[in-house]
Amino acid sequence: MAKAFTTITSRFVPLNIENVDTDQIIPARFLKATTRDGFGKNLFRDWRYTNDDEQKPKAEFVLNQPQYSGEILVAAKNFGCGSSREHAAWALADYGFRAVVSSFFADIFKNNALNNGLLPVTVSESFLQKLFTLENEATLTINLETQTIIIDASGESENFEINAYKKTCMLNGYDDIDYLLSMKTEIENFENA
Amino acid sequence: MGQTLFEKIWNRHVVKTIDGGPSVLYIDKHFIHEVTSPQAFNGLNKRGIKVFRPQQTVATADHNVPTLNQHLPIKEELSRKQVEALIKNCTEHGVELYGLGHPYQGIVHVIGPELGITQPGMTIVCGDSHTSTHGAFGAIAFGIGTSEVEMVLATQCLLQTKPKLMRINVEGELKKGVVSKDIVLYILSKISASGATGYAVEFAGSAIRSLSMEARMTICNMSIEMGGRCGLIAPDETTFNYIKGRKFAPQDFEKAVAEWKQLYSDAGALFDKEIFIDAADIQPMITYGTNPGMGIPVTGTIPTTETINDNDKSGLNKSLAYMGLQQGAPIKGQKVDYVFIGSCTNSRIEDLRMVASFIKGKQKATDVEVWIVPGSKQVEAQAKAEGIDKIFEEAGFILRQPGCSACLGMNEDKIPSGKYCISTSNRNFEGRQGAGARTLLASPLTAAAAAVTGVVTDVRELLN
Repeated sequence: MAKAFTTITSRFVPLNIENVDTDQIIPARFLKATTRDGFGKNLFRDWRYTNDDEQKPKAEFVLNQPQYSGEILVAAKNFGCGSSREHAAWALADYGFRAVVSSFFADIFKNNALNNGLLPVTVSESFLQKLFTLENEATLTINLETQTIIIDASGESENFEINAYKKTCMLNGYDDIDYLLSMKTEIENFENA
Repeated sequence: MGQTLFEKIWNRHVVKTIDGGPSVLYIDKHFIHEVTSPQAFNGLNKRGIKVFRPQQTVATADHNVPTLNQHLPIKEELSRKQVEALIKNCTEHGVELYGLGHPYQGIVHVIGPELGITQPGMTIVCGDSHTSTHGAFGAIAFGIGTSEVEMVLATQCLLQTKPKLMRINVEGELKKGVVSKDIVLYILSKISASGATGYAVEFAGSAIRSLSMEARMTICNMSIEMGGRCGLIAPDETTFNYIKGRKFAPQDFEKAVAEWKQLYSDAGALFDKEIFIDAADIQPMITYGTNPGMGIPVTGTIPTTETINDNDKSGLNKSLAYMGLQQGAPIKGQKVDYVFIGSCTNSRIEDLRMVASFIKGKQKATDVEVWIVPGSKQVEAQAKAEGIDKIFEEAGFILRQPGCSACLGMNEDKIPSGKYCISTSNRNFEGRQGAGARTLLASPLTAAAAAVTGVVTDVRELLN
């Protein structure tokens, strides 16, 4: 069962890069585990650390900059494209993110995020660009019940879409699999029809 | 109003539609592999349930296997444990496994079609985004995450929202030296790496219909690179002839064909978006950047901030810095260090034949390393039966053993940092083929030409 999501208020990490693919979120060489745990330490591995024996944090990458923190990642459009690896959603959640805000998400990533209690929030391009100009200390409030994202300091807000079924699942921490298992008889009837 | 091919298949598989939500979609065939399935089996075990329809799931080991000395135990401990977990899970749950050493082992999207498991009208899923490949047979086939793998194992169903529909029509005859990989790289360069996000994409038109099944698979394979939920092509005689006689082809083949012949988009069927492409405009293509939409003709120049399309503008400098390439420079003549011919995009027997017929009597450049990784044990065996392995050997190419290999650099087949690899695979993302590796995506022909010259080459100059 995923963690329930109602409302969060948090600072955010701005990742102003378009077309962030899941190979960047978690490179393939870290997909060798057989459990879902511990992927956060390799989140954005090759952008975050040098690729030599020292494995030093790269100062220019946002996750290594102390002025940025929080449970919300704000990323440029087409976030999560490429490989279907759910490890990308696991890595973001394991690192501590509970929501990702972008103007456009790749389909498979969006499903994977929703299946792990990580809320993908799709906003307009203009609202997204506004977020990238905010002060480091700025906080955002994401309210799933009202489907709004608010810039707390100014009160500016935008509504976001989520289908009613997924919203109920997220609010209650339900998994799709529980629902599907409850449908066993209907599925068997469908097979025999 | 007519129905689209997609709608015909979709409607037949909807068990139920939830009000204001997704549909419960029945899945006919499910492929699994070692990397994205262990956590799904753990989930089943935790719930104390077994695979619901084990005969509808087929497993293989491909992503994380060595491509040399496959008869020996896997050296790398974590990789070995992942493959062992697959064996254990398949045994416990009664799932057919074509594992290492099995004559049917290979890349999941190569073995499904070649065994005749993939058939028109089916819904097919796998925990791998390139599942879109199977759409070449007129099936709805798409990649899923591990939570969804668990759902299919547990219930043979998924919750899915119906995507929008797009049709891409490619009309006319392809020019010399232009193959299906060039078609799809060309489409990507026009509509970008997110141009089909939210859509199921049907490929149609005379140029598509003229293609073999292998060539069609290359195109559907890369529909995910446009962001497409799936790619599909209406089945025809080419499709039926390909399936006929394969191991898992339907017993009553004529009856099946009669049903498959109903699978096409009716005249007047509505698409949310339609794109028209003239096959004559397509030249041999290559990518210069770090997403598959960043492609140009091999004779072209790398875009500049002024000439590039809006989709890639902000990422251009970051991409070129990573690639070590310059705005406005020609791509032809760019030094290549590695040539990788393989992956679920281009590792089928037709791809190997294409490379062999071009390379016969030629020698690879001395400072280039060439890896040829067949898509499956059956492809490998066929290549050997046809003497293709000898042609490769004489040219200085290495024919390795089947697997995903340097497409994603998960096993030891990695391109070293800073080196250029011309690759027949599907993704040129940063670090995809190894940390710091620089990937140039191209067709098997263009890759083979670079293997001979050591630089990016217009293959047409070397064709008779």
